[in-house]
This record gives sequence, C-alpha cells and structure tokens, in this order.
Amino acid sequence: MNLDFTETQEILKKTAREFMARYYPKSLVRELEEDAIGFRSDIWKEMAKLGWLGWIIPEEYDGVGGSFMDTVVLFEEMGRACFLLPFFSTVICTLPLVTAGSEEQKKEFLPGIASGDTIFSLALTEPSATYDAEGIATTATAQGNEYIINGAKLFIHDAQTANYFLCAARTKIVEGRPEDGITLFIVDAKIPGIKITPLQTIADDKQCEVIFENVKVTEKYVVGQLHQGFPIIEKLLEYAAMAKCAEMMGGADWVVENCTSYAVERVQYGKPIGSYGIIQSYLAEMWAEIGIAKRFTYYAAWLLNEGLPCSKEVAMAKSWAGDVYRRWTRMGVQIFGGIGTTREHDMGLYYRRGRQAPLLFGDSDSLREKVAQEMGL
Amino acid sequence: MDFRLTAEQEALKREFEEFFAREESRAPKEWSGGLFAIFESDENWAYHRSVAERLAEKGWLSLPWPKEYGGKEHSYIEQLIFNEVRAYHRVPGVDMWGPQIVAPSILEHGSEELKKKWLPRIARGEINWCQGWSEPNAGSDLASLTTRAVEDGDDFVINGQKIWTTGAHRADHIFFLARTDQNVPKHKGITYFVSEVDKPGITIRPLLYMHKKREYNEVFFDNFRVPKKNVVGQVNQGWYVTMAGINFERSMIGTVAGLKRDLEEFVEFSKKTVHRGQPMAKATLIRQKLAELAIELEATKQWAYYVAWLQSKGQNVPAESSAAKWFSSELAVRFGNIAIEMMGLYGALKEGSKWARFKGKYEDMCQYTLGITIAGGTTETMKNIIAWMGLKLPR
Repeated sequence: MNLDFTETQEILKKTAREFMARYYPKSLVRELEEDAIGFRSDIWKEMAKLGWLGWIIPEEYDGVGGSFMDTVVLFEEMGRACFLLPFFSTVICTLPLVTAGSEEQKKEFLPGIASGDTIFSLALTEPSATYDAEGIATTATAQGNEYIINGAKLFIHDAQTANYFLCAARTKIVEGRPEDGITLFIVDAKIPGIKITPLQTIADDKQCEVIFENVKVTEKYVVGQLHQGFPIIEKLLEYAAMAKCAEMMGGADWVVENCTSYAVERVQYGKPIGSYGIIQSYLAEMWAEIGIAKRFTYYAAWLLNEGLPCSKEVAMAKSWAGDVYRRWTRMGVQIFGGIGTTREHDMGLYYRRGRQAPLLFGDSDSLREKVAQEMGL
Repeated sequence: MDFRLTAEQEALKREFEEFFAREESRAPKEWSGGLFAIFESDENWAYHRSVAERLAEKGWLSLPWPKEYGGKEHSYIEQLIFNEVRAYHRVPGVDMWGPQIVAPSILEHGSEELKKKWLPRIARGEINWCQGWSEPNAGSDLASLTTRAVEDGDDFVINGQKIWTTGAHRADHIFFLARTDQNVPKHKGITYFVSEVDKPGITIRPLLYMHKKREYNEVFFDNFRVPKKNVVGQVNQGWYVTMAGINFERSMIGTVAGLKRDLEEFVEFSKKTVHRGQPMAKATLIRQKLAELAIELEATKQWAYYVAWLQSKGQNVPAESSAAKWFSSELAVRFGNIAIEMMGLYGALKEGSKWARFKGKYEDMCQYTLGITIAGGTTETMKNIIAWMGLKLPR
C-alpha cells in the first residue's frame, strides 16, 4: 500500500500551481467568464509545451505517455484556479480515441491534440438531459460510405472553441435495448449544417446548444465498432466523473484554506470570528468532509486508472464529492458574510461552480440510484 | 498511489478471516455483536473470554508490540486488517483497553518491572481492564479531575469518584488517573496508576444505560491503596502517559466494518420484506437511503485506511483520527435511526417479541450508539481538536 502521490505527480502539482499563479489570475477568470469564446491561445500553447495536452497520449503519437491518475493532479489545480480553457473537454475526448480509436484516427488526431492545434468537445447530452442511452435521439443514417447526422445536442461544453466533436448518435433502433445501436463519430466542427448557440449558465462555463442538420461524416470517423458506441461512452463518463471530482476537490481546497485564513483575520466583537465555536464547527466539518471526499476521489480514480471494476465506487465518489462541494461552497459564503455574496469576491466563483459541477456526469440522486442497483437492490 | 495490500498482508487477512468466521459460528444464541454486548450476560462474557484465549494462542492480542515483549512488530496496516476482519464478524475477545491503551502506555513509559509483570498477562488475554479516567466533573475537560492520591509508605492512598466506567463489574483490573499535586497547573499534577480491582476500598455501582442494560458503572475509591510500583511513568507525569495510549491504531475501521456487515444484512432484508405493498428494496426513498449509507460507509472506510497509512509512516494524526472517530460514530447513530425508520412500526419492537425483526437489533442500536459519539472524546471535542490542532484556529 502506498497512498502518496508519485514524485512525478508531486512535480506536476507544483508546476500546475505555479503555472496558474503566473498565467491564470482570478482577474482573467472573470474576463473569460464574460467573454463569449473564453479561450486564450497563448496559455493553451504553454500547456502544450508542458506536455499537459498530450499527457495521456502514447509517445508514438507525440504524447507524454502518462497516466490518467497523473491528470487527477492537474484537474485539481484547474479546479482550484477556476480554469475555463477546454482542457477538460479535450482530455475526456482523448481517452476514447486512445483506447478505442483506429490506428488511422490516432495518427490523424492525437498529435494535433498534443501540440495544441486540435480541440475536442463532447457532443453527448441532448434536451432529454440525461447520461443514459435512452436520452440519445440524434440519428446518423447511412448513405453510401457516409453517415448523415441529425439532431440537437444540448449542454455541450466548449463547442464554441472545438475543432472537432466526439458525437454520439443512433445508427440503429433496437426495441427495448436503448444502449444498442449507438455509434460514436468524430465530426469536424466546421462542416456545414452545424449550428452552435451559446448557453448562459450559473458557472459561465461555456456550454452550448449544437444543432446537427444533415451533417455528413465519412465512415472512417466512426470510433470503435458501429452500433457499439455506448460501452465506450460509459467508460468515458466514468473518467469524466472522476476528473470532475478532482476539479471539485481542488476548488474545495481553495475554500477550506481561504475560509480558514479569513476566520483568523476577521475580527468581530473584539475577537477573530474563527475563535467562536460555531465558526470553528463549520470549519472543522468543512475540512473533514472535504478531506474524506478527496481520499474517496483518489481511491475511485485509482481503481479506474488500474482498470479494476469500479462502476459502483465511481458513482459513490462522484455523488459524495458533489454533495460535499455543494454544501461547503454554500457555507463558505456564510463564513465570508456579505462580501462573499458579491460578484467581486472570489468565493462566488466557487459557489457558482458548486451548483454546476455536481450536476455533470451524473447528479447525486441518479448516482445513488446507480449505487442502489450495484448493491443488488 | 497503490491501494493494494502486499501478498503477506493478503495471506494474513485470509488467516484472520478463517479464524473469525470459525469464532463467529461459536457465538451464543442471543449474541447480538453490539459494542457492549460482552457485558450484558454471563454467556456473552464467557464467549468473549474463550475467544480471548484462542487469540492469545495465536499471539494476535499483541500484534504491534516489540518482539521482546511477545509482540509481532506488525505495522498499523496489519493491525487495521485485524480490526476490520474481527469487527465484520462481530467477534469479541479483545479487551477494550488492555492491548490498545494500557499496553502502549506501559511500553512507552512503564518501568521494566511493570513491563515484565503486566505485558505478558495482557498478551495472554488473562486480565480484563476498566478505565478510571472520567469523573462527574471531569468529562471532556479530563485534566480537571479531583480524585486524590496521597503517598503513605510504599503505597498511594486513593480517594474520589470515577464515572462511565464501562464493564467495571466484569473487570479484574483498573487503570486510572488521580491527582498527586494540587499546587501545580492541572495537567502537571496527575499520576497514572494500574491496579487489581479485588481489594478493599473500592465500590462499584451500576449506572444503567437508557435501554436498561448494564454497561457503565460508577467507581468510588475510599482509602483504596495502590503500591507505588504500580505508577506508570513518573509521578505527576500521568497526563503525558495518557498521550502514549493514543498511539494505537486510530482509524476506527472496526466501527466501519461492523456497519458494513449490518448494511449487507439490511439490504437482504429489504429485498424480501414487503412493506407498504411492495418489497422495501423497490421503494425509491429506501433505495436512496441505503445507497447513501453505503456511500458514507465507503467514504469513511477509505478515510480509515488513510489514517492508518499516515500512522504507519510515523505521523501524528490528531485531526485526521478525530475526523475518523467523529464520522464513524455519528454514522453508526444515523444508521440505527434510519434503520428503525425504514422498518416503520416494527422498528420500535424490542428483542424477545416473536414480531421483532433482526432480534430488535436496531431498537438497541439507535440507543447504544449514542455512547460512542460521547465516549473516548465527544463529537464536539473531535471538532475542537480539528479546529485547534488541524486548522490552528485561535482558542
């Protein structure tokens, strides 16, 4: 047993912390939140130079050949920094390309991702607003050696900056088995027929509506087997859930540290508010629950990284981490008092993310239902 | 990171599992496996004693001790595995205080004479301890205790009262704290004693728990004499000796493992029990509640492993172990309360009725678990430790 980070991960963490301090101050978070595109190519290029964009890409495709567990550290630091650039989207789309993509697809896309030239966005969810197979109504109809995609994708992160979508569409209807007949496609974002409309969200996190209207894709851009895309999506969702947990835990670290230091500085009735039992109780609970959620995140992420069975543990960790992050970003505002409720104060950045992140890749209620099923209920 | 056990640890775990599965099958009919069940009947006590003997034969009561004193020098991780497997099987046999609190204090602070006299007897499982620390006016603020110990020849003469002395009516030995200097700051005038119980000058009175069972006692010292050689560490240094007692495995994995077993049984029960017109397991609210308990249990388990891991690296973990204690004990209370609520009217039935489910286990559990959120440091004290020692907040 060894529950410490590796030396590489420790270095990665330190580098990422310094990187964010240098390139990504909170003033830039605010600027990008207000900006429709929310992208900075200079920062993206620096990330490519550090190898982050190709971290999980094998070396033969110009990547670093690192592990998903390493990126957990990066996601934590990005959560702490309220990072808005499409790193998350690109990484979760890279994973299925590495594991299920054809040799040709890997050669075509992976080096571009590693160099920072190619940005991917996951076009999965629809107005049904679920991550279940039943939720996918978008169709892809075969026509010669092409497919014609029609449908509406909703809540699509980073569509506005993406060069390519990883898009899930129904290629066959199998009565009573919604998970059959779904296919994953790589879709060039510039093809005519794609219409992108930005959505305004609580976390200003660049979600879009993406309409596919008679969008043509060649069959060589099918990822994995035809009609067999859903198992790939399920795996992708587990990685996405754990990456989101790591992001939340990085944000949670900021909340604990800053609420604690504020409670020591802020004086009322002649004493620091952190000397009062009720504030100490909040902070002790905050520290403990976040610490526990973090260790749970590492455990589930490790299982996933090792390829061990982990559907239950991933659902558990995401459900718990989401609840914890929601709860303590709320109490964090309470500790800061009035100033914590303002647009100018950083606490609000985390509070707003604390409403958004728990909904992504499985909300707590549906994950608990999944856990119940895994328990044999 | 690597969460796997080593091959040796896996082998040891299998050995523990085999042993405790066999011991579980020897349990008396009315054995509930509750935390204080060993004190509740003669049959239960005899069961506890017989397991203790077999554990001693294996050398498993002294796993982490130095070899010199009969130990196996196992790490916190092996001790954690032992505690986890034993609790999952709900098997007694380990004295609540001897191996985990008295022995580490003697090992670190005791004279060679004390070590030679007491450690082998603890390792052999021969003796049963009770803890004379708390007093009516010294609970969370333990150092304000007022029981006095006055020198007289080769002895100290003890006068005062102890309370919450769990199992004192079954114990043959007591370890306790008494004030030996009134004129110094409160932490600096306390001495740590060990003694036989069966001597003049001590009175043990039951203090029944709310469910009417006898766990606690009050202990009165009235010119109770203890030889000077029974002082652990130096006179007036008792407070610091108690600190050695916190060097045992503090992950609280036992509570977690016991609850895990409870949950498995409750899940099976919910599948075959029709309630409000359908199997309980089909009701959305029940599914949510059981999943929530499973999630909190797994989270607490991972935290327990983390605490043991930090301890195995030699780290002092006051805040982390306090979180483990608070979380696991509060989870036990919550579990008991959720269980009786899910069972509806059946939830309140006591053991003994033909209608009682789980032999009235949860009626019992939602009461006795309150004790574990208080004993050994209240939940509030745990949060104070996190706030003061972990987060360095001003006092």
